[in-house]
Amino acid sequence: MAIQDYLRKRFFPHIWCPGCGHGVVLNGLLHAIENLGLDKSDIVMVSGIGCSARVTGYVDVHSLHTLHGRALAFATGVKMSRPGLSLIVPMGDGDALAIGGNHFIHACRRNIDMTAIVMNNRIYGMTGGQYSPLSGVGTKATTAPYTTIDHDFDVVELSTAAGATFVARTTTYHIQEMTTLIEKSITHKGFSVVEILSQCPTYFGRKNKAGDAVAMMEAYKNNTVRLGAKDDVPESGKIRRGIFVEKSLPEYCDEYEKTIQAAEKGA
Amino acid sequence: MSETTAFIQGNEVCGRAALYAGVAFFAGYPITPSTEIAEFMAAELPKNRGTFIQMEDEIASLCAVIGASLTGRKAMTATSGPGFSLMQEALGYAVMAEIPCVIADVQRGGPSTGLPTHVMQGDVMQARWGTHGDHAIVAMTASTNQDLFEVTVTAFNIAETYRTPVILLMDEVIGHTREKVTIPAPGAIEVTERLRTAVKQGVDYHPYLPREDGRLPMSDFGDVHRYNVTGLFHDMWGFPSGAPRVVHGLLRHLADKINNNVHEMARYKEFYLEDADLVLVSYGSSARSALHLVENRRRRGERYGLLELQTLWPFPHAVVREKCARARYIAVVEMNLGQLIKEVREAVDRPERVYLVNRVDGVFITPTDIRNMMRVIQGRGV
Repeated sequence: MAIQDYLRKRFFPHIWCPGCGHGVVLNGLLHAIENLGLDKSDIVMVSGIGCSARVTGYVDVHSLHTLHGRALAFATGVKMSRPGLSLIVPMGDGDALAIGGNHFIHACRRNIDMTAIVMNNRIYGMTGGQYSPLSGVGTKATTAPYTTIDHDFDVVELSTAAGATFVARTTTYHIQEMTTLIEKSITHKGFSVVEILSQCPTYFGRKNKAGDAVAMMEAYKNNTVRLGAKDDVPESGKIRRGIFVEKSLPEYCDEYEKTIQAAEKGA
Repeated sequence: MSETTAFIQGNEVCGRAALYAGVAFFAGYPITPSTEIAEFMAAELPKNRGTFIQMEDEIASLCAVIGASLTGRKAMTATSGPGFSLMQEALGYAVMAEIPCVIADVQRGGPSTGLPTHVMQGDVMQARWGTHGDHAIVAMTASTNQDLFEVTVTAFNIAETYRTPVILLMDEVIGHTREKVTIPAPGAIEVTERLRTAVKQGVDYHPYLPREDGRLPMSDFGDVHRYNVTGLFHDMWGFPSGAPRVVHGLLRHLADKINNNVHEMARYKEFYLEDADLVLVSYGSSARSALHLVENRRRRGERYGLLELQTLWPFPHAVVREKCARARYIAVVEMNLGQLIKEVREAVDRPERVYLVNRVDGVFITPTDIRNMMRVIQGRGV
């Protein structure tokens, strides 16, 4: 199927700013779905609120645009009711890890089979450029005119500690790698997290003199390193990309099926 | 199967009635005095291939319920005041996206953590207006375990018929009172299933295009029709829209589908109202004491009567107006500082006849409490 066939063209043009990384993520996501040959009717995309959350509406799947931070909770209700469906949850950094932080760690802990794609642009874009829990110390934002003093989360470490069984990171510069990682995350049975560094030239870029979209993507190229590459050494100070966790543990819906069988037997 | 009897508490009655109504999904978080509903569901749902999940908080609980309901399953949660507060945002989502679900709020004393194991009825207005924005809502209650069974089934029926959240506004006394209840035989009480679309696969499907009667035949999420669901104002495809005509049309539809059917949803009971001079209006566990007093005073020849409301929202103004028309005194018996009384005053002629009879110290209001306050109202001293 051509990639355009996965889109709802009726609802274009999209709302994203010129240079926004989220369109690149959508592109990688659709290619992953296409490569896997998934039927549109077998996919449910659930999102919260923010620029990232608008991904769901543009894709011709079962799409559920929910409340800020709560996408994983809605997705849990859907998945437990129809375990045969593929659940994909595109999230923003604030959406996933500020207001939705509690739902995020508990979804990791349950190891329920779905894919959370954290589109990390280190800023609240839709509300006009406030700092997020992933902005990091020293970032300028409309709510941090003197720069932030807040430390950021490391999405990979947080997800790993919380129990996610597939954890990966990539950027919008590395589109082929992104497609492969998303494919693997969807195929993985269990809770998968893919963090994708995604540029927001409009708010993050301008405030922090990070340049335009091209400059920001070039920075992803220069400031990141693939796991196991020869310059993947602690002294490099670079952000690491690749698959950090990939392990097989009992999946939540499968386990609940066992609960049902025990109850039916009168155990 | 025929009917059975049981001696059980109200929370379990709620659970058994939900199963009778066909509930297949429960998500919740422990909170007194509602926890027994979750415990019952955890044990019983998997026996019928239903799903129970204990979520990380009440916010997630209602969100999961909404997700499950979208796939076509009857779904519910249960909580008490603090948890009900946390659910308000998702409650509004269910209103906006027209997702059937039942939320049992077993009321305790508030505000805040309040009185977890004592009774009050302070969430009446929260049920009505707790979520932000203009909207209509359905809230129901009952005073006995037998009534609670039927009202719970009705709550599911209304939720499915009108694609709306329905609040089952129980209280601590109802939740924890053990009394005999007859569980009706299957089929004895009508159980309503939601409308599904007849539109075939491949035809342009409009999930949010209501029929002329306001009802919405929706396709189950995950079936052949792929559509968008959002909490934003949306067009007939479910896609976000800020067009004034779309916004106005949707807001009116959401309010009208409830408010135009008040007569269909109004459930109430009346006792000795034909010639009543003193009409007590009450609901939930307070109505137990009100009825006790009415029967007691009737034996002494005093013309007491009781109007017990089971549907609180949408408020049945016409019913209250008619039933109170001839009363000299109207006393609203509730365990709060006066919440439903405002609606009663608005419903009746000569609202100066309407008095509040209440108790707000966490102690269950007794027939004697009501009697003493009625003496004051009648100018007969304390």
